[in-house]
Amino acid sequence: MIPAAFEYRRVHTVEDAVAQLGELGDDAKLLAGGHSLLPLMRLRLATPAVVVDIGRVEGLSYVRDEGDQVAIGALTRHRDVEISPVLREMVPLLAHAASQVGDPQVRHRGTIGGSLAHGDPASDLPAVVLALGGTLVAQGPGGRREIPAGEFFTGFLETALEPGEVLVEVRVPASPGGWSFQKFNRRAQDWAIVGVAAVRRNGSSGVALVNMGSTPVRARATEEALASGASVADAAALAAEGLDPPADLNASPEFRAHLARVLVRRALEEAGG
Amino acid sequence: MSILGQRVLRTEDPKFLTSGASYVADLDLPGALSVAYVRSPVAHALVRSVDLDAARRAPGVVAVFAGADVDAGPMPAEAPGAPAAMRRPLLARERVRFVGEPVAAVVATSRAAAVDAAEAVVVDYEPLPAVVEPEAALAGEDLLFPEAGTNLVVEMDFGRTDAFFDGCEVVVRQRIVNQRVAPCPLEVRAAAARVQADGRVTYWVSTQAPHSARDTVAACLGLDKAEVHVVTPDVGGGFGAKIGSYPEEVFVAWLARRLGRPVRWVETRSESMLGLGHGRAQVQEVEVGGRRDGTILAYRLDVVQDAGAYPSVGALLPFFTRMMATGVYRIERAEFRSRTVVTNTTPVVAYRGAGRPEATAAIERAVDLFAAELGLDPAEVRRRNLVPPDAFPYTTPTGTVYDSGDYRRDLDLALERAGYAALRAEQAARRAEGATRQLGIGLSTYVEVTNGLPGGEWGSVEVLPSGRATVLAGTSPHGQGHATAFAMLAADATGLAIEDIDVRTGDTDLVPRGGGTMGSRSLQTGGIAVRQAAETLVEQARRLAAELLEAAPDDVVHDASTGSFSVAGSPTTARSWAELAAAAAERADWGRLQAEADFTPPGPTFPFGAHVVVVEVDTETGQVQLRRVVAVDDAGALLNPLLAEGQVHGGIAQGVAQALLEEVRYDAEGNPLTANLADYPFVSATELPSFELSHTETPTPRNPLGVKGIGESGTIGATPAVQNAVVDALAHLGVRHLDMPARPERIWEAVRASSGTTSR
Ligand SMILES: Cc1cc2nc3c(=O)[nH]c(=O)nc-3n(C[C@H](O)[C@H](O)[C@H](O)COP(=O)(O)OP(=O)(O)OC[C@H]3O[C@@H](n4cnc5c(N)ncnc54)[C@H](O)[C@@H]3O)c2cc1C
Repeated sequence: MIPAAFEYRRVHTVEDAVAQLGELGDDAKLLAGGHSLLPLMRLRLATPAVVVDIGRVEGLSYVRDEGDQVAIGALTRHRDVEISPVLREMVPLLAHAASQVGDPQVRHRGTIGGSLAHGDPASDLPAVVLALGGTLVAQGPGGRREIPAGEFFTGFLETALEPGEVLVEVRVPASPGGWSFQKFNRRAQDWAIVGVAAVRRNGSSGVALVNMGSTPVRARATEEALASGASVADAAALAAEGLDPPADLNASPEFRAHLARVLVRRALEEAGG
Repeated sequence: MSILGQRVLRTEDPKFLTSGASYVADLDLPGALSVAYVRSPVAHALVRSVDLDAARRAPGVVAVFAGADVDAGPMPAEAPGAPAAMRRPLLARERVRFVGEPVAAVVATSRAAAVDAAEAVVVDYEPLPAVVEPEAALAGEDLLFPEAGTNLVVEMDFGRTDAFFDGCEVVVRQRIVNQRVAPCPLEVRAAAARVQADGRVTYWVSTQAPHSARDTVAACLGLDKAEVHVVTPDVGGGFGAKIGSYPEEVFVAWLARRLGRPVRWVETRSESMLGLGHGRAQVQEVEVGGRRDGTILAYRLDVVQDAGAYPSVGALLPFFTRMMATGVYRIERAEFRSRTVVTNTTPVVAYRGAGRPEATAAIERAVDLFAAELGLDPAEVRRRNLVPPDAFPYTTPTGTVYDSGDYRRDLDLALERAGYAALRAEQAARRAEGATRQLGIGLSTYVEVTNGLPGGEWGSVEVLPSGRATVLAGTSPHGQGHATAFAMLAADATGLAIEDIDVRTGDTDLVPRGGGTMGSRSLQTGGIAVRQAAETLVEQARRLAAELLEAAPDDVVHDASTGSFSVAGSPTTARSWAELAAAAAERADWGRLQAEADFTPPGPTFPFGAHVVVVEVDTETGQVQLRRVVAVDDAGALLNPLLAEGQVHGGIAQGVAQALLEEVRYDAEGNPLTANLADYPFVSATELPSFELSHTETPTPRNPLGVKGIGESGTIGATPAVQNAVVDALAHLGVRHLDMPARPERIWEAVRASSGTTSR
């Protein structure tokens, strides 16, 4: 399809981006890798009057070892997350999950910031950052602030970012221990029908789910059961507890709940300990 | 050594692999206007009013038309026997019958302007109940064409025998849905038109059949055929869906005449998913009866064919399904009935196989069901019932006459290549240990018909004084490799080099007549015509050489390895093709060195083969992994194995896609749910293993080269093998049938229903 007419503006600094958003309000949309925004525009499901391209903002694409955590610039492409030696060693779950996003074209264009800011429950990286207990850094007119991943995803395609804020960085704790990423789909290039990100760290477990609700979600019942000593099988059986999975062409809510239970069990078995 | 049978590289590929190919969208048409169609958002409704005013005032808009403004059409009847009231208008008028049906057309100076203005057209719809399921259409409560008084398009019913299953110890029945799929050629539909100074219309279109496109435009616009010049540039795939013409294309020619300016339409993928015809769409009842030893005695197939909103080629698919109903098996009694109905969905057309994959899927599932009921190995049941090699020509109970075959040899070869016994042993071991991932082994032994409708082709070869030759053919390639294949045929007969031969097709001014490319017919019709034209040309050249060399024609020797003519015994006198062409040009009684031929074969040909497919099914999640595809195909003599393998590759991929992934879906109101490639799971390379291909060559007596067609064997042979493999993986759990595609949830439900457990 052909998108509705729009104005294109390119900015070179985060400050400029913030200023543009402040000036334009709801009329503007930030453009990073474009791999979520442009499909919506082409289907005319999104019709922003102005597209503010942050793709060439300097200094927002990096992966930095900060000791007990890793800081990732918002414009870091999925492919760069996938092959980052720092992430492969310190947060292998994230590096691996990035390698499972879409296809090579998508991974060379899409950015981690765009993936998180889009807030799609079917996307892989939000669940990974949730399971890891990451932190998101936003910059707005009043400066920078940090948002825990657990508070970031507020509704379907909605996040805690204020109008006028740009996501600039993602921080995830070093998690070199057991982990698993289970992505259930019919074709390698597809979004997950259900996905599971699991990580074991210092005896505690983080488990988050892809496409099991209107936002990326933690499997809280499973996490709590594990914390109180339940077996993997028993904890996994609670994976869909309290969740309201969506229905679509690929799966009914009932089947999604079943998949979540099976995949969480497999994930915990693979993550070990 | 003859180049026939050699793996000659495709001469067209350098062009396609770089930027040299030219599609309708690429044509340089100065001043061309763009068209955008306003499409119905509802499946079934009365059109109360169409308000074009706002669109007319939009920037860049040149003209806007609704159905009432159009003094052309309807589309010619494509389905003999269909009620006249069901013919399709170019733009809908009083009623819309499927989501995506064009209601108005906006012509503007740019595509973007046309698309924007199309949103300003206001149509007032009064919704009617939508008829979505073919079986509901049959019930006839709501009619798409009240004037016709029925939703039934055509019926083929040869009656039922009460004693049909007499003597059968076992009778198995199954309802099978051969689901609707979308052909998805990479190049979507496109057409352009310009009125020339002499008043003729030049019409560029992405089609498989240029001459019938010409005839359709002429018929709809009330023109003489000679007033329409069709040019088919490169075509990026069709798969059957570009055999017929579409209203959106024909209307472009109407617009060019009406507006006096060149006009072009190129659709988007989203439009293509709604407007390009769909394929398959049959609901089948199969019944198979026989003896406990595995002998099949009686087979009955009852088909309800969904034609979509307007009967097109799709209405005729059951004709081919009936032709091939009993497949490779010698079955004493067969009964067939089909009823084609209209529904409020995208019209159904031919799709790679067109009625034959449906026949093969039905009988191959039936044979497996029969074997499972008896507890016999499906390979053994097949062997017991195959038509033997000495039975050809073999007349089936539905009256089809198969030309040649050795079905048993291909089955045995496929089983051997697959390592069938070892696979069964591995399967038994996994079953015994209760493995989560079970192994499924699926067989399909198939026979199909190529060039299934009677008809021939025209071909011509001309050598120019430059030494280059031009081959013309009435067939119209869109990926098959005719430029290579036809050049090979001409080169082999004449001794010219392949590089010196240009193959041209798709231009109705250059090519006087042609059927086009469909039904795997091109080599056995167009190829033979080219071959015969080349042979005639050699004889003409011999006569001319005899004149020049002052010898008797019988004494002139044609050396097909060098492409020269000389007097027997004195090779130094040789004349080249270029010299002969130059001499012809100088002589008034010759003028050109050119010959042509029409070839009409005495009947269709029947390729066959056997496919063995191995899948792994995750019994917890319902995930299917395709492990192996072992295919043995026999398409008669092979002209170029590389081209044949290319056809088999693509066909298997699409067959796998139907079995595992693809399905066009609608909701109860007829809203399409799979209208883009995010929702419609088009198969990709990552889902496919390397295919293990073999060929046998059983020539047909129906043409001089002994060649059959290979374009559709993949979708015919592979699809049921994959489906059978999925069912086979779950057979020990009590699953006896699963409709395609093998969606994980469908498998999970079947496992759950069979084992009585809810979740593990
Ligand atoms: C064919 C295809 C397959 C895909 N498959 C998958 C898959 O399997 N798994 C998966 O997870 N994803 C998948 N994706 C989505 C892909 O990962 C996207 O790239 C990603 O979700 C968005 O990142 P982006 O940089 O492209 O963002 P954009 O599309 O540019 O932006 C997305 C949204 O986020 C906003 N935004 C972007 N950057 C910022 C920022 N720094 N601060 C604030 N707001 C911002 C934009 O305004 C927009 O609303 C697929 C996409 C395609 C096209």
